[in-house]
Amino acid sequence: MDLSFVFLVEVLYAVATLVVISAGLAVVFGMMKVINLAHGEFMMMGGYATITAVNLGVNVFVAMLVIAPLVVGLIGLVVERLVIRHLYGRLVDTMLATWGLSLFFVGMATMIFGNTTTGISTPIPGFAVGDYQINGYNFFIIVVAVALLVLLFAVLRGTRAGLIARGAMQRSDMAAALGYSPDRIYMATFFCGSALSGLAGAIVAPLVGLVPTSGINYIAKSFITVVAGGPSLIAGLVSSATSFGVVNQVFAFAVSPIMGDVALLVTAVILLRLMPQGITSRFFKGKL
Amino acid sequence: MVEIVLESSGLTMRFGGVVANDNVNLKLQARELRCLIGPNGAGKSTFFKCVAGLLTPSEGQIFMRGQEVTGWRPHQIASLGVGIKTQTPNVMDGLSVRENIWMAARRFHSAVEARERGDAMIDRLALGAIAKTDLGQLAHGERQLVELGLVAVGDPWLVLLDEPAAGMSAEDVARMTEIIHELTRTAAVVVVEHDMQFIRSIAETVTVFHQGAVLMEDHVDRVMADQTVRNVYLGKKA
Amino acid sequence: MQTPVSKDILTTLVVSAILIWLAPYVIGTYTLTVLIIYGMLGLSLGLIWGFGGILCFGQGAFFGLGAYTYAIAAINFGESTLPMVLAVLVPATFALLLGAMMFYGRLTDVYLGVITLVVTLILFKFINSTAGPQYVIGKARLGGYNGIPGFQTLNVPGNPDAYIWGDAYYYFCAVALVIVFLLVTFLLRSSFGRIAVGIRENEVRIALMGYDVAARKTVLFGIGAAIAGLAGALFANWGEIVTPTLFNMPQSAEIIIWCIVGGLGTRLGPILGAAGLAYMKFLLGQQSTIDNTLITGLILVLFVLFLPKGVVPAFSGLWKISFGRRGFGKMHDTRRKRRARHG
Repeated sequence: MDLSFVFLVEVLYAVATLVVISAGLAVVFGMMKVINLAHGEFMMMGGYATITAVNLGVNVFVAMLVIAPLVVGLIGLVVERLVIRHLYGRLVDTMLATWGLSLFFVGMATMIFGNTTTGISTPIPGFAVGDYQINGYNFFIIVVAVALLVLLFAVLRGTRAGLIARGAMQRSDMAAALGYSPDRIYMATFFCGSALSGLAGAIVAPLVGLVPTSGINYIAKSFITVVAGGPSLIAGLVSSATSFGVVNQVFAFAVSPIMGDVALLVTAVILLRLMPQGITSRFFKGKL
Repeated sequence: MVEIVLESSGLTMRFGGVVANDNVNLKLQARELRCLIGPNGAGKSTFFKCVAGLLTPSEGQIFMRGQEVTGWRPHQIASLGVGIKTQTPNVMDGLSVRENIWMAARRFHSAVEARERGDAMIDRLALGAIAKTDLGQLAHGERQLVELGLVAVGDPWLVLLDEPAAGMSAEDVARMTEIIHELTRTAAVVVVEHDMQFIRSIAETVTVFHQGAVLMEDHVDRVMADQTVRNVYLGKKA
Repeated sequence: MQTPVSKDILTTLVVSAILIWLAPYVIGTYTLTVLIIYGMLGLSLGLIWGFGGILCFGQGAFFGLGAYTYAIAAINFGESTLPMVLAVLVPATFALLLGAMMFYGRLTDVYLGVITLVVTLILFKFINSTAGPQYVIGKARLGGYNGIPGFQTLNVPGNPDAYIWGDAYYYFCAVALVIVFLLVTFLLRSSFGRIAVGIRENEVRIALMGYDVAARKTVLFGIGAAIAGLAGALFANWGEIVTPTLFNMPQSAEIIIWCIVGGLGTRLGPILGAAGLAYMKFLLGQQSTIDNTLITGLILVLFVLFLPKGVVPAFSGLWKISFGRRGFGKMHDTRRKRRARHG
């Protein structure tokens, strides 16, 4: 009984993590059809922003939820203006350029913070369920994931900006014809996407030791979550995060954590082979 | 008994809830020239794509020279000896005219023979002056002509052309007409076309598509004179 | 239509002989050897990406697979000839299977990228986790993140005690690269190679001509992997240890950067890009003011933005403009050939 409860929490936690770490990439890919391979490094910078702020005496939640997204969002804005802007519509070139950016940021972080592991402790204590110890922070991540999805849904559904964004997602030329500058939409989108990446990096920072190369651990997972999700932003994110999260945890429990990761990646390959345009190209068509 | 080279039976194509082709039955004899006409969205291009293997029909069958080819992929259909030209010029822009045509000929012949046949085709199309130019630098009409050359150089017995005259000058159209007539000496030709002028100049038998189904099939003069056809299609222009 | 094959071969042989002879006076043979190996690795991706239009984010996987295959086989056989052959065949077979799965599934661009990237990661994670004593192939322990050291290095075929190392190994690798380069040249001049370029230019048209595009892409992908595997085996011999970092993402990223910087759609570009950038990295490694990765990243970004065609095409373009008038007939011929290559 206790074990199944713990297992359920672990699965939910795995799904929530995937949602959190993929949201930023999903927004940018869904709206702009740009794959930001520097996403992992944006997360890494979110982590460093948090740790630096905490070391300067800022409250840890403020650092995670406000400072990190803002800092990384601004970095994203600069990146968009300097690089991405010139490459719209050239999918492969943006992938390559952002890959270059990712290396650039790794190098930058190494120069500033050194090639050593830093970290902060989790701000929420764990508790026991029967014989098992549960990390209280896991619940926090689940809550953040749900809040993130609700927020995304509310913004896209309920606000004027969301309406324009949805329009631009379907037909960017149409949004332009209606008098909304695609340039500014893209700029805003990239800012939001980067901020979400920063947030994700901040939130996972207490769980792992942070090194300049940390980003590599996230980019592949979030990349496949987004691509396997397909064209619908929220439905895609939830459906692919759920499939991968469940597979990951089942194998991690049954065999080993490494096999969990391997099983996740194998599932991704099979999924893409069966549904080359992603899950939501076949199911949940036309949903958000 | 004349040989039937292309036959569709009960061909139906649905996209979600939209029925693009509804139970299309069509037979084509060897060396026949057939035009498929109809207003926008009538389903003639969908039919074309099903036959060319670019789409797999939801229901029904397609036969070529008696062999069922339903659901075959384009390269398998082309390998039978079917020449296909899609609506927009589908050529290799970064390569020269000669290289383009050579590649098409190479499919059925040795490298050396492919070169000879390619050169002969370039002469036939009077493209000698631009044989070494990259396709990307050519005018639209020239590209269409080169693509027709790609199709013809494989000595096909069935040729499928989707809007070959679109966007071409009168001069180019004349040359195109000539080539199409030449093709019919050895091949059955299916032409999907909008341009009534062009159809009048080449067509004998015409199949009219309307709302995904075949509305009428007859000689071009009788089709043009038909009141129903005029209503659905020509009515707008007349 | 093309410059005669014999002339092309002659030029290649003469130029490379001079380079092989002169280079050791400038750079040490130990460093030169690895530059050559990287050049071969660059060529492997340059072939499938530049001429076949297949962007593989995981070329490093085949490199690593070749290196590991060699190491494992060498430990088991105690002789290097068969392991060298296997190091080419195993990655090639693996690529044929993977390629068939991807290309018959009509996956393109991004999705191709995702799958090749993911497969690389799977290999990396798997190899990294094999530290335990239960992971053994024959006599070889996989060794996890520690890698596999201490295997039989290259020897004269049939004589395990006659090692080929040092300067001799440099000449061996250089000759291997020249042979691979010539093979690639033949391949690109063959019908298969020319049609591969056609596939890069317009896949649908080639299919409509009756060619099986998926099969052709799969074969080309396999050939690329074979070359990468050979480079991997040579690398294993050079380093005398193989570690999971060979499968690492940065390794694959670097191969892509070499191709971009050197120039896609040329045979020489990826080789020069690889050797040049690797040498630059080597020089940069001797200082510590600026981080190496930062510079690599910056180079990639700048090239994508400002010189997406790479150095070699840009340079030959410049050459064309400056010297195009002289000996017009001859220049015209090479210019046409070049354009046919990279569009």
